[in-house]
Amino acid sequence: MKKSAILSALSSQGVLIALALLILFGWLRYDNFLDPFNVTSVLRYNSMFALVALGMCFVIMTGGIDLSVGSTAALGSVVSALFSQHGMLVGTLAGVAAGLCVGMINGFVIVKLRILPFIATLAAMLAANGTALLLAQDQSVSVSYDGTFVNLGQGDLFGLPIPAWIGIIAYIVGSIVLNFTATGRTVLAIGGNEDASRLMGLPVDRVKFMVYVLSGGLSGLAGVILASQFGAGQPIEGVGWELFAIASVVVGGTLLTGGVGSVGATLAGVMLLGLIFNVLNFENGLGWISLSAYWQSVIRGLFLLAVVILQSRLTSKEATGAT
Amino acid sequence: MVGTASPDLKELLAMSNIGKAFAGIPALRNASLHVAAGEVHALVGQNGAGKSTMIKVLTGYVKRDSGDIMFDGAPFEARSPQDAQAKGISTIYQEINLVPYRSITENICLGREKRRFGLLDWGSMHDEARSLMGRFKIDIDVRKPLLSFNTATQQMVAIARSIGFKAKLVIMDEPTSSLDEREVKVLFDVINQLKASGISVIFVSHKLDELYAVCDRVTIMRDGQTVKTSSMKAISKIELVASMLGRDIAQVSKSATAFGGRKGNAGETLLQADNLSAGHKVQDVSLSVKRGEIVGLAGLLGAGRTETVRMVFGADKMRSGNLKLADKPFQPQEPIDAIKAGIGFSSEDRKLEGIIPDMSVAENLTLALMPQLAKAGILDEAQQRKIVEKFITRLGIKCSGPDQRIRELSGGNQQKVLLARWLAMNPKLLILDEPTRGIDVGAKAEIQTIVKELADQGLGVLMISSELEEVIEGSDRVVVLRDGRSVAELSGKKISEAAVMAAMAHGDHIAPEEKA
Amino acid sequence: MSDATSVKAMSTGQSNLAPFLLKNASLLALLALIIFNVLFTNHFVSIQTLNVNLTQVATIVIVGVGMTLVIATGGIDLSVGSMMAISGAIAPLIFLGTAVKIGEIHIAVAVGMIVAVLAAGAFGWFNGWLITRFRIQPIIATLVLFIAGRGIAQVSTNGNLQPFKLSQFQWIGLGRWFGVPVQVIIMVLLVIAAAWVLKRSLFGRQILAIGGNERAARLSGIPVASVKRWVYCISGLCSGIAGLVVIAINSSSDANLVGLGMELDAIAAVAVGGTVLNGGRATVTGTLIGALIIQLVRYTLLSNGVPDDVAKLVKALLIVVAVWLQRQGRS
Repeated sequence: MKKSAILSALSSQGVLIALALLILFGWLRYDNFLDPFNVTSVLRYNSMFALVALGMCFVIMTGGIDLSVGSTAALGSVVSALFSQHGMLVGTLAGVAAGLCVGMINGFVIVKLRILPFIATLAAMLAANGTALLLAQDQSVSVSYDGTFVNLGQGDLFGLPIPAWIGIIAYIVGSIVLNFTATGRTVLAIGGNEDASRLMGLPVDRVKFMVYVLSGGLSGLAGVILASQFGAGQPIEGVGWELFAIASVVVGGTLLTGGVGSVGATLAGVMLLGLIFNVLNFENGLGWISLSAYWQSVIRGLFLLAVVILQSRLTSKEATGAT
Repeated sequence: MVGTASPDLKELLAMSNIGKAFAGIPALRNASLHVAAGEVHALVGQNGAGKSTMIKVLTGYVKRDSGDIMFDGAPFEARSPQDAQAKGISTIYQEINLVPYRSITENICLGREKRRFGLLDWGSMHDEARSLMGRFKIDIDVRKPLLSFNTATQQMVAIARSIGFKAKLVIMDEPTSSLDEREVKVLFDVINQLKASGISVIFVSHKLDELYAVCDRVTIMRDGQTVKTSSMKAISKIELVASMLGRDIAQVSKSATAFGGRKGNAGETLLQADNLSAGHKVQDVSLSVKRGEIVGLAGLLGAGRTETVRMVFGADKMRSGNLKLADKPFQPQEPIDAIKAGIGFSSEDRKLEGIIPDMSVAENLTLALMPQLAKAGILDEAQQRKIVEKFITRLGIKCSGPDQRIRELSGGNQQKVLLARWLAMNPKLLILDEPTRGIDVGAKAEIQTIVKELADQGLGVLMISSELEEVIEGSDRVVVLRDGRSVAELSGKKISEAAVMAAMAHGDHIAPEEKA
Repeated sequence: MSDATSVKAMSTGQSNLAPFLLKNASLLALLALIIFNVLFTNHFVSIQTLNVNLTQVATIVIVGVGMTLVIATGGIDLSVGSMMAISGAIAPLIFLGTAVKIGEIHIAVAVGMIVAVLAAGAFGWFNGWLITRFRIQPIIATLVLFIAGRGIAQVSTNGNLQPFKLSQFQWIGLGRWFGVPVQVIIMVLLVIAAAWVLKRSLFGRQILAIGGNERAARLSGIPVASVKRWVYCISGLCSGIAGLVVIAINSSSDANLVGLGMELDAIAAVAVGGTVLNGGRATVTGTLIGALIIQLVRYTLLSNGVPDDVAKLVKALLIVVAVWLQRQGRS
């Protein structure tokens, strides 16, 4: 049992260690790695994925999955772009509301119609994508540069990009909700043993509904940032975001079967997978070897592979160790 | 027959004349259960006796059809297990119903969290968990996840949770089934503490020694009825076993040799198993099966019978011991190894491990035979049909035809199909785990006859049955397991109900003098 | 229930119309769609319409065949699109002489195609190995290759577009035999083969037994791990073939785009076709019908002036309704 404790510590802290090592490696190897420019651009870009991954993290902790996050983000970006001339606040609220709607539909289909999350959110993915294209009339919707909307994605505050602040706040709130509210603990209890949770009298259906709504809302918010950062609502963005988010969550040590998870480690997972891309760029800049940007998917895949094999070892040890 | 609580103890729970039927089949008929305040009350009975239905009725898991429940001096009605818990009745299930990856504190406090400024107050929740566990003299880090502790501790957590919910009655469903001796002691200490603080316990177990060690009174159920309630002191082990099995103790002792064992023509030894062990459940089992012989494996639930035969079949890992098949060392790693060696195994759980519900009778029947039915990977449908029809006729399987889905058949006919699955393989040794459980009387007799005929033709059979008559009438030899050990082997005239029950109860087959 | 009543219930149950309708819901839906189009869509009854629709579904169905088998064992394969990209990247590398030089073009094409499909099959086998060796859930195990697979395809081509104009190869996507597009013939052959395997072969029976009750299958001596590995391998092979068809149609191979989103199209076709996602029951012809329904709904809407985006919404609704109906049919 001692050994499994060590392994368990490794799988929860492993991603932090790996992230620290990667940062150290980059700092030692490349001149400008920790320059403000690089740091802010990495943070600005990855904050969108971080938001999506946070929602996914909650969904997965209940033992579910949400495939619709990418097209929900695209929908959010389109909706917010359409409302962008009314300013930052209205644009943001509109985008988030669009995401919340998708989340509610997901929650309803999963909780009330009892359809597998995989299928329900797959359908929602198509529906959100279709709606986004419909609203955008099949092209990107440029945002209004008159108002304050673009500041959200492009502006800075106290030296950090605003999207990074949004991400940080979201993760702090997420962490508090998970660790310090009954709802948060119920999320983990459902994923750990749904039947037992029902027997314990926990509001299983309500909390399941809530996590899909949360995931939709955060995806919508990511879409808002996307629109204001790149100056346009992009109905065809977000392809593959869902699986990237799942990978980040899994790399962060959250079990896909639910019941175990950490908000902080998910953030580390996002940063780790994001930094791999950044490091490859620097490596190319050095010009010693030509590592194409395409290696990032291969390396991300290998990371995921290592993590899931480690996890499977861990869970099988626990299964035999506990009895 | 039903005893009343001793006058000095207040009655906490009174369930009277409880009736419950599932799809017209009665599971409980006028059953009663009376538990006094602050007592540990054993609830025993064979499979299907109605114990678990009784508990489900009490905890609101199923609705009763008739009868009254009084709890703590007032009529009691639980809408759900949660409701029962809120009203003071907690259940601790066999497979622990907690959330494995969460901390001890969470498992104890989920559902009634403490808050401060709207957020969870971890400090005081940890304190409460610590103090609850402390009552059991268990000092552990309550922040660690549940699964990093052994089963015994997990059980304590479940008990602590129910105390946290201010339970007046705690139901423990086979709590010791996966505990070792030391852990059982700790559990008993806890039970005694509960008792001391006025909490009643219903203790469901099949381990007789434990009942005598910890319980004050016992209620025995059989066939959905309450057979007897007695103080533990006033009933001997053999009486207890006899009541569970529906035998009158006086008659049993008189007619000790009334049933003779089956007399087959046993041939050379087919299977020889020596000192098998695997975990707690099987500690030291030895047995053998000869050609043309039916060996009955008897024992109470949890004695390790199923676990033993699964090892022989390669379905579960063996920790130590020796297996020989026809005098050659035999080490099956997977069921396929055993099948190739000529062994068939019909599991006790027809639904979970037997039938493939969406497949037809024919497909289910030929599941193990398939590789032989295929030429170059293509199934010979004509041949399959011939074999299937042969077995449908031979075993009298009632179905609309080979293509009917097996899920639509009755339990008895499903069981016949599963039997045919192995007979079609023409095995040397057939292992049957509860072959007649849950099927109607007619089909049962037919299956028993078939098995006997097969043995007459030279098949070796190893049969587990919880029904005493089946084991005694059907077997050439009976091996009795008790708490994971083979404690007796009876053959010929020595096979008698008294002897088998004595072995189950005491661990040897010589009927003891006590209380005779 | 006594034996007599169960047999009786069975014999009277057959005359009931509702189960028949539910069982054949997808086929009936397809027929309804066709009738609707014959009546209301201009120029619907033509060889061209038929070819257009069949060509559009061919790759989805080819991948869907492998996916059906995987789902029949109770698994799922998210990596099909990436395996298409791998196959689509490898074949031109060989027949264009980028990776190896083979003088005779026919041989080069043949080698290229075979190596490409086998490579995809090998990756599929790797999926099965992960799932059986480490007991990883199929959805995560195949996610690894979903992410890494496209990267492998991109790396091996350096992300470059590989354009070609090569009739010796492109017959697989552009050619016709007796007026029927070649990929449609491949699709039909694969569907027939897989339907036959599921119904008549030892392997098919083993697949369904594992999906129907894995524990019972193991206790009956079915080599669960090896069957599963083969099933994922077949899914890889099917994806490999589909990858070749796609690049042949496009006259170029773009590792970034080949097979993008295919996993979801294939799963949707399987689900709409009536294969239970929990395994144990599978219909390959159902997958074909499912893909045709999805395609025909889109075609119907488009040719009646409804925008493509709305068609996506309808498809989403179709998937949910189909799966929900299956649930009702079973309970």
